[in-house]
Amino acid sequence: MESSKVIHAFYTDDEVLMDAVKAVKAEHHHIEEVFCPFPVHGLDKAMGLAPTRLAITAFFYGITGLSFAIWMTNYMMIQDWPQDIGGKPSFSWLENMPAFVPIMFELTVFFAAHLMVITFYMRSRIWPFKEAENPDPRTTDDHFLMEIPVHNNEAELTALLSKTGAVEINIVDKH
Amino acid sequence: MSHYEAPIREPLVLGDKSYHDITEDIAKPIEGAANKNWYIAFYISLAAMLWGFGCIFYTVGTGIGVWGLNKNIGWAWDITNFVWWVGIGHAGTLISAVLLLFRQKWRMAINRSAEAMTIFAVFQAGLFPIIHMGRPWNAYWVLPIPNQFGSLWVNFNSPLLWDVFAISTYLSVSLVFWWTGLLPDFAMIRDRAVKPFQKKIYSLLSFGWSGRAKDWQRFEEVSLVLAGLATPLVLSVHTIVSMDFATSINPGWHSTIFPPYFVAGAIFSGFAMVQTLLGIMRKVTNLEDYITRMHIEYMNIVIILTGGIVAVAYATEFFIAWYTGSPYENYTYLSVGAATGPYAWAFWSLITFNIITPQLLWFKKIRRSFIWTFIISIAINIGMWFERFDIIAIVLSKGHLPSTWWRFEPTFVDVGIFIGTIGFFFVLFLLYARTFPVIAQAEVKTILKSSGEFYKKRSEQGIPTKPAINVASAEGTSDKNNKE
Repeated sequence: MESSKVIHAFYTDDEVLMDAVKAVKAEHHHIEEVFCPFPVHGLDKAMGLAPTRLAITAFFYGITGLSFAIWMTNYMMIQDWPQDIGGKPSFSWLENMPAFVPIMFELTVFFAAHLMVITFYMRSRIWPFKEAENPDPRTTDDHFLMEIPVHNNEAELTALLSKTGAVEINIVDKH
Repeated sequence: MSHYEAPIREPLVLGDKSYHDITEDIAKPIEGAANKNWYIAFYISLAAMLWGFGCIFYTVGTGIGVWGLNKNIGWAWDITNFVWWVGIGHAGTLISAVLLLFRQKWRMAINRSAEAMTIFAVFQAGLFPIIHMGRPWNAYWVLPIPNQFGSLWVNFNSPLLWDVFAISTYLSVSLVFWWTGLLPDFAMIRDRAVKPFQKKIYSLLSFGWSGRAKDWQRFEEVSLVLAGLATPLVLSVHTIVSMDFATSINPGWHSTIFPPYFVAGAIFSGFAMVQTLLGIMRKVTNLEDYITRMHIEYMNIVIILTGGIVAVAYATEFFIAWYTGSPYENYTYLSVGAATGPYAWAFWSLITFNIITPQLLWFKKIRRSFIWTFIISIAINIGMWFERFDIIAIVLSKGHLPSTWWRFEPTFVDVGIFIGTIGFFFVLFLLYARTFPVIAQAEVKTILKSSGEFYKKRSEQGIPTKPAINVASAEGTSDKNNKE
């Protein structure tokens, strides 16, 4: 199943790329990867990528932050040292709740934002000393690269891709 | 992308640009050498910064008494500058987050620099809560860290503690939002770099961004969620800053209008600062095709809107002060104290710079003029400084007890620290403009076909944006899923 060679087809236009992706999908070829210099809207749908669940994780991270803030204010202000500071009621958490709202809000945002971004970095495998994996430096400038694994059908694939407007087609060893 | 765009919309990218032209234009200031003017500006800023650091060391070494504060006016320039800098920062998040939620394409050419401005302004703001402490070496006591004092905690009732949480959340979230947006642009610089050192640096900065379809899908979702989180965050941060005053019992401070009014003022002053900076930056970095007259005009419209909100808030405060029947409120707002008293100059500066001058922006000629925009934006920056100074110092100078009435005179240390923060800000901004892609190229490239001058003209003539190729097998167009 694992192929040792892949086709790299280059495009210079996002709309041509979209049509090419659709054509390749219509021919039931597996698209290994598409590298783009900017987000091409609708490309993920055309490729058939599953939607990302990062927003859902952010929601749960936010809940975690809110719970942490509630626990912290309650433990420190109500349980551990229930002092009278300026006449504020410290008998129960709810009585002094309005003063905790800013903290609860900020911690919700803090947890949701940072943990989601960290999740994104982990899932997409990007971090400071990570080596870039785009096969061609032009893909961060103005070229779009479609990578398709080859299974002894090089001629057929090349013909298909050149029909879709690829400006350059290379067959390379899979790295 | 080929979709219907109303012909009434002016182009956002001027000239006959291709994707590669955008890359070249944005990479040029980074890959070229700095010119003489840059060094002059940098050394002036650096000198101001060092002077400011000297003043900070002097304050911390000698004591807060070297400032012009007295026992009645315990906050003046320190917190004025703090609120001013935080306010300036707010426009960046507004541009990158709120305008993203509203799908405003014109934000794309300015969001990177506006966010940089946010981060550098919040750095400056963050200095003041530390250095205005009498014992800044104990500053870490504001953090709820388990400790050897029987675990002595902080008091979560204080808006000053809320400030700690608000500012640190704001700074850190803005930073990751900005950095995540920078990854594709750093990757572009990395892939173009010819010098090995530059290549190494930008490889490190770009975190190995490769631009896969899945990465972009996640990238856009993360941007959207972060925008959704940053929008309430930006509103909450200045709200919390305003509560430093609004939750007090001082007449003139104790006011429920402060949270929205401070936020409006923050956007007002922040946009003014963006105008000041971009007015110069578009020229010196030759990015006039991206930061166009249209962008300047749109920002001026936001300025006149938020300036109007601020003006209404002033009027409301004065009306309520009269309406309330409280003699203290009455005195603070309506007495001769403000308009003709010892701070009359500050009061009238506020009215002139904040309320009167921005009204010129109603005129289209002025709104679309770079020179006028620059002058008015400077005026607003001055006016918004006076707004904070007036709120803080005038109110404190005449409190409930006449025997506590006193005046505030700043010393050279007060002034020096403020000048130092301005220097520090420009040091950071100048370095940024030389090393960072100042326009989000990945974003601008997405609007090139819908809002670029070249493509707009072509689509008016009925020429499709898609280059013609002989597509035999591929049927159907790419329109279906392209919203933006």
